[in-house]
Amino acid sequence: MSLTAPETQRTDLFAAPKGGLYIRRQIASVAAIVLTTLFAAAALAFLIYLVIFVAKQGLRFLNVDFFTQPPAALGELGGGVQPAIVGSLIIVGIASLVGIPLGLFTGIYLAEFGRGWLSSTLRFLVDMLTGIPSIIFGLFIWVLIVVPSHSFSGLAGGLALSIIMIPTVARATEEVLRLVPRELREASIALGATESRTIVQVVLPAALSGIITGVMLALARVAGETAPLLMTAFGSQFFNIDIARPMAALPLQVFNYTLSPYDTQISQAYAGSFVLMALVIVTSLAVRWATGGFKSSR
Amino acid sequence: MTIEIQDLNAWYGKKQALYEINLKIRPHSVTALIGPSGCGKSTFVRCLNRMHEEVPTARVEGNVLVEGTNIYRRDIRPIYVRRQIGMVFQQPNVLPTRSIFDNVAIGVRLNGLASGTALSEVVERSLRHAALWNEVKDRLHTAAAQLSGGQQQRLCVARALAVEPHVLLMDEPASALDPIATQQIEDLMDGLKQQYTIVVVTHNMQQAARIADRTAFFLQGRLVEEGPTAAIFSQPERKETEDYVTGRFG
Repeated sequence: MSLTAPETQRTDLFAAPKGGLYIRRQIASVAAIVLTTLFAAAALAFLIYLVIFVAKQGLRFLNVDFFTQPPAALGELGGGVQPAIVGSLIIVGIASLVGIPLGLFTGIYLAEFGRGWLSSTLRFLVDMLTGIPSIIFGLFIWVLIVVPSHSFSGLAGGLALSIIMIPTVARATEEVLRLVPRELREASIALGATESRTIVQVVLPAALSGIITGVMLALARVAGETAPLLMTAFGSQFFNIDIARPMAALPLQVFNYTLSPYDTQISQAYAGSFVLMALVIVTSLAVRWATGGFKSSR
Repeated sequence: MTIEIQDLNAWYGKKQALYEINLKIRPHSVTALIGPSGCGKSTFVRCLNRMHEEVPTARVEGNVLVEGTNIYRRDIRPIYVRRQIGMVFQQPNVLPTRSIFDNVAIGVRLNGLASGTALSEVVERSLRHAALWNEVKDRLHTAAAQLSGGQQQRLCVARALAVEPHVLLMDEPASALDPIATQQIEDLMDGLKQQYTIVVVTHNMQQAARIADRTAFFLQGRLVEEGPTAAIFSQPERKETEDYVTGRFG
């Protein structure tokens, strides 16, 4: 090939074609970029405004007393929501104790053993459970436990939240387990491991970080649930660790205080909202960090 | 161990993958299975330790006699078959987040064969056997994902050897490896056949010629011909075999 310039130079090779079709394509392309950016920005703007608003209102009233003191007498200044924080921890603890194992084993069944009509029915039911309004679960536990025992209780609240956790944990677990490569299972099976040993020793460890992510997100979700607690844990102004009695919870406290005529309580509702929101953000960040760490190690 | 395959048929769903395979595999030798892609050689080798049935809808008929015992007998559980007949796969399937030590030990632990110092000895012996010990002895507790592809495949061999099987099945063990790593795996097979019966699937005819005592040629789910490797490559009895080994296939 010669290094000198070719005799004739084609300048039209990459020139844009002329005519209406070309202009329409350009307009459509620009319009698509502008519209999607605009709508994305609008959605984000609401979210950012919400976070800033709650943070601004909430942080003003956030102090050590908020976490360590019981509520002050009506009309008085100060006090905190310590019973609600302790109550939330206990209720979410009960929910985890019941909901995580049930969800986990359901997910393992669906991913590993489920075949035929039983598993497809189960998967359908689990998906339906995810879509049911959470107050229905509260009503269910109210009928099942609160009415027979003649008392609202932290236990009932925890159980209501646990039912909400089951489908989320189950589907998250199932999906992550399905991602574990077939080759890893075969490695174990070819060594003479039974199916269940393979699941415990190879599949679950490989899927662990994904399962933890699912569990954390389910936890963050139920920690903020209010409706199902209205008719189960009910709420309380007093410090209480007896799960057989009515128990305070942070979302409930926020709900009750928002309706209050007293400024102290309204400001504490803001502080409570901020704590709940921070909880979700911190959980999401922790999950990001954990899963990100997992990816980079591979 | 002698392996005798009688009238073996295998299916994936409704599609038949193997037709009436009859073959005798001799102990302490390397038998290579060659043939074009999709000819059933991988399916065949997976029938020898009952891995085939792990694929949903897969089905097998026929007998596989190992030292005279049919591994498809009703009262025999596949996990005990796989314990005696080890397998190395095409892609090195180490457990990436586990340590090198744990990768070798996993089969031993699963079967409860050894623990403590006895386990450490098994791990060292297996790694030496797989010609990997010198490369990893100072980092046994680092993650297996850090090894190169060739090292990972030798780790898979060590893992298979650690449970002391009698037969080693290798499904294209070198197809994902570079020439140097391939050479190492081939040398390894040559050493291992003193103790084990080895069946190796390969796409690479030169490889079959280098390592195998006997070679079997598969085509479209049927066993066309089996014999001493030299005979298969120089004077095959069947036209199809000759076309394939001389590269005039099709």
